[in-house]
Amino acid sequence: MIPAEYYIFLGSGLFTIGVIGVLTRRNILIILMSIELILNAVNINLIALSQYFRSVDGQVFAIFVITDAAAEAAVGLGLIIAFFRNKETVNADQIDLLKW
Amino acid sequence: MLDNIWLIPLLPVLGAVLQLLFGRRLSNKAVSAISVGLPGLSFLWALGCYIQFLSLPESYHHVFLKPLYTWLPLGAFHLSDGSLGNLNINVGMQLDPLSCVMMLVVTGVGFLIHVYSIGYMAHEGGYYRFFGYLNLFMFSMLVLVLADNYLMMFVGWEGVGLCSYLLIGFYFLRKSAADAGKKAFIVNRIGDAGFLLGVMLMAVTFGTLAFQPITEAARSGRFPVGDGVITAICILLFIGATGKSAQIPLYVWLPDAMEGPTPVSALIHAATMVTAGVYMVARSNALYVLAPTALGLVAAIGTATAIWAASIGLVQNDIKRVLAYSTVSQLGYMFLACGVGAFGAGIFHLMTHAFFKALLFLGSGSVIHALSGEQDMRKMGALWRKIPITAKTMLVATLAISGAPLLSGFFSKDEILWQSFSSPYGNKLLWGVGLVTAGMTAFYMFRLFFLTFAGSSRVPHEVEHHIHESPPSMTVPLVCLAVGAAGAGFVGWPEVLGGSNAFGKFLDPVFQNPALRPALEHTWSLEFGLMLLSVLVAFAGFFVAYRWYVKQPGIAERVAAAASGGYSLLLHKYYIDEIYDALFVDRVKDLGSGLAAFDLDVVDGGVNGVGWFTRMSGELSRLWDIWVIDGLVNVTAFTVKLLSYPAKLLQTGLVQNYAWFITLGVLIFMAYYLVHF
Repeated sequence: MIPAEYYIFLGSGLFTIGVIGVLTRRNILIILMSIELILNAVNINLIALSQYFRSVDGQVFAIFVITDAAAEAAVGLGLIIAFFRNKETVNADQIDLLKW
Repeated sequence: MLDNIWLIPLLPVLGAVLQLLFGRRLSNKAVSAISVGLPGLSFLWALGCYIQFLSLPESYHHVFLKPLYTWLPLGAFHLSDGSLGNLNINVGMQLDPLSCVMMLVVTGVGFLIHVYSIGYMAHEGGYYRFFGYLNLFMFSMLVLVLADNYLMMFVGWEGVGLCSYLLIGFYFLRKSAADAGKKAFIVNRIGDAGFLLGVMLMAVTFGTLAFQPITEAARSGRFPVGDGVITAICILLFIGATGKSAQIPLYVWLPDAMEGPTPVSALIHAATMVTAGVYMVARSNALYVLAPTALGLVAAIGTATAIWAASIGLVQNDIKRVLAYSTVSQLGYMFLACGVGAFGAGIFHLMTHAFFKALLFLGSGSVIHALSGEQDMRKMGALWRKIPITAKTMLVATLAISGAPLLSGFFSKDEILWQSFSSPYGNKLLWGVGLVTAGMTAFYMFRLFFLTFAGSSRVPHEVEHHIHESPPSMTVPLVCLAVGAAGAGFVGWPEVLGGSNAFGKFLDPVFQNPALRPALEHTWSLEFGLMLLSVLVAFAGFFVAYRWYVKQPGIAERVAAAASGGYSLLLHKYYIDEIYDALFVDRVKDLGSGLAAFDLDVVDGGVNGVGWFTRMSGELSRLWDIWVIDGLVNVTAFTVKLLSYPAKLLQTGLVQNYAWFITLGVLIFMAYYLVHF
């Protein structure tokens, strides 16, 4: 058996990379991909711990997260396309219309 | 008739009220009918009362009293000697020989002057107003002479002063006339202050103001001769007389009063109003006899005024002004008579003077009317043939005033001169001055006569064509007055010439005074001699005037040039008006200016200051509101704005920044829990 800590370390590592990607990357598509990475990290956690606790709740929840991630990606892309029609850019630091 | 004696003043005042309320709508004929008819009726009633008075039994013969109603029941108060008095002032009438004479003179001469005014004022504006005022004057004068107490007499006194003001200023659009009216009233007022003080002193001394009780108290021996209070009363009353009867020092209004229409000058300033002072002194004879000092003052001022005014009249060129100064001078004679204890002689001269002075004024009015308004005698001359009735009646009057024998003025003036010589209160100096003044009177009156009617004509050409005799409404009164001026003296035919002096005897009961010093012994020849002397002096005055103005007309100018200083002094009336102006009038005006300046600077300044102060405090409130209140609000906003500068830096609009803050917050929480657990 692989001990649970290994999966949690993997999950948190991926989570951290995802967060850093959201916070630091310029391209909005890369940010979306980072968000996916975060969600997948959470999935790994959920599956690993459902195995550890011999409960199927974790796996059910993981299906929900995957569904949610897909929907979110679709909406996000729709937003980017709509925004691109206005601003002609995919750089996050050029989208500052709500600046003071 | 005597029972309704109150009708005598009532009839004229009815006329006055009618004219002054409705006269504007009446025609001249209606105004004349009412305002001349009513005084005429008044005169007839007065005659009737006089005749009835004569037939009263002896005890009533001397005084008839008719109380009308209670006017001021003032009740009890303390007299000056501590006793308790009860002062009730009533409206009532008193008819005794003195007021009989006055009443007949006022109504008779007044009526004739009313008739004359119909013709004289026929073409003037304000016809109804003139007659309204004239009737009002008659009413006031009759109240004055028929009153039975001093306060009612004072009401009449003030009333005649008012009417004098209204009538002098009749042509009120002329500034000189309006000024003259004001001058008359104000100068009169000064005298009235003295009169009123005298009345008040009488009230606290006698406890009553009625003539009969005061006369009886004075004659009862209660007061010693020369009593201080009585002397004070007499002097104060005399101050009132100097104002009303134009004596020194308050005569200055009378010459200016010639601005009024000529009938006014005749009635008010010759025959009646100015004689009110003489009447008042004669009425108070019981008091004056108790105060020889006051009598001496009256005689001195009367004599001084007589010669002073006569000297001014010598050189005046306006016909009415000569007559005005003549009036002042003759009034001086009347006061001289009263001042030497010869009250009857003073009243006698009052009566004869009323006739000839009114005649002189009305005659001069006729001359002025004929010459279309010319009053300067230097522009007259040779009118004898052109206006014969006027000329002849004026001659009678001039002879009368000069004291030509057998005319009225001769008897009355001579009586005065004799009394001033022989009375225990008189002295040779008074007689001497009176004699000189008589000569001057004859001179200036004949000067007036010759300049106007004799010699060659100096009348300007345009005026000469219009010379015409006056209408009968004017000439008939002249003739009536001429009869009076000629014949009125016969009632006082003196005993020295074989007469009985009926007039004097008629007035005797009024002037009987136990305190009167008995007349000194004099011979008939002395009296006759003095009479002859006064006739000679009068003739001398006539002769000089004849030579200077008829025979050799150039002499007058040469004398005037030779004595130019004196001539100028007399022509300018001794500059008295200018002196009074500098001493009194301008000082009062300065007081007025000072008070006005005070009002503007201090009073208005105070009000303006309060206004300024209110505006200032409003200004301060405004500044407080702008700087402090608004300032606080602004500072608050500014602080918030200041604080917003760092705060808004957080709003970058970049989603990644916002995500970073969320992450930071989570990390901080995680750190906190990691540390504590």
